Amino acid sequence: MPVLARTLEKAGLSTILVTMMPYWAEKVGVPRALGVEFPFAQTLGRAHDAAQQRRVILEALRVLESAREPGQIVHSSELWPQDPAEAIREWQPTEPSPIIREMAPKIRSLLREQRRKERRQGHE
Amino acid sequence: MPVDSFKFLPRLIAAIYQATDLQPELPIPWTPVSRPLSELKFGLVTSGGLYLIKDQPPFDLEREQAQPTWGDPTYRGIPTDIQQDELGVSHLHVNPQWVLEDIDVLLPIHRFKELAAEGRIGGLADHAYSFMGYQGYPPDTRVWQEVSGPRVAERLREKGVDCVLLTPS
Repeated sequence: MPVLARTLEKAGLSTILVTMMPYWAEKVGVPRALGVEFPFAQTLGRAHDAAQQRRVILEALRVLESAREPGQIVHSSELWPQDPAEAIREWQPTEPSPIIREMAPKIRSLLREQRRKERRQGHE
Repeated sequence: MPVDSFKFLPRLIAAIYQATDLQPELPIPWTPVSRPLSELKFGLVTSGGLYLIKDQPPFDLEREQAQPTWGDPTYRGIPTDIQQDELGVSHLHVNPQWVLEDIDVLLPIHRFKELAAEGRIGGLADHAYSFMGYQGYPPDTRVWQEVSGPRVAERLREKGVDCVLLTPS
């Protein structure tokens, strides 16, 4: 999505991206972004919580009107009112996506290897 | 406190993001905001995989199932007077339940109409646009950048839109 912000901005529109992955927005390089510490799928706030959605949007609009140069990423202090483990379960689809199904075994073995390495370093 | 981008990601998905090395292409495009927001018209764009059940095909999830490294790069125009029960979601990477209950979590049409009525923004375009966030692995965003993105920008500009709020999913 940061790529689309760049594409629209290049075409003469002023963009503000609200994202739960400011890490990624920074890597791609976006004109302006508001980072929110939220799970995927409820980017602007919890469903049915109009007050939270409004706070996030107003914060995003402040970033839009105050940014003076590209690459401005502001981190919101808005909190997600739910236990992280529960939120992680709830944003994901009931079935893993096709690519995750395909890549999972390879990534798991890489993660195991990484943990082994960390343990070895811990013993040194 | 800076936002922790990985707080709500399972280790596996976090590992995929962290393994992808990327540097921003410079310069970052820039269109300055030249007037107060109360004089500017807004458009909304999401990558939530939204479509109109009645009139539009869903994003092509069958092809993605058959070819997991590919993601549908097309877009759908969503009228901003859409009713909640007219909304469809095609996205294999997130739980569609939340936006199906409350469209404003991704496409804040009601929140923006409230802001327009209060005079905080100049207005909201009569169409929002939805893409579907998964663009393959490794991600291939060429069609977004070269075809569908510029086309959406053109449609928004034809309607006098100045600013766009984007919401990934």
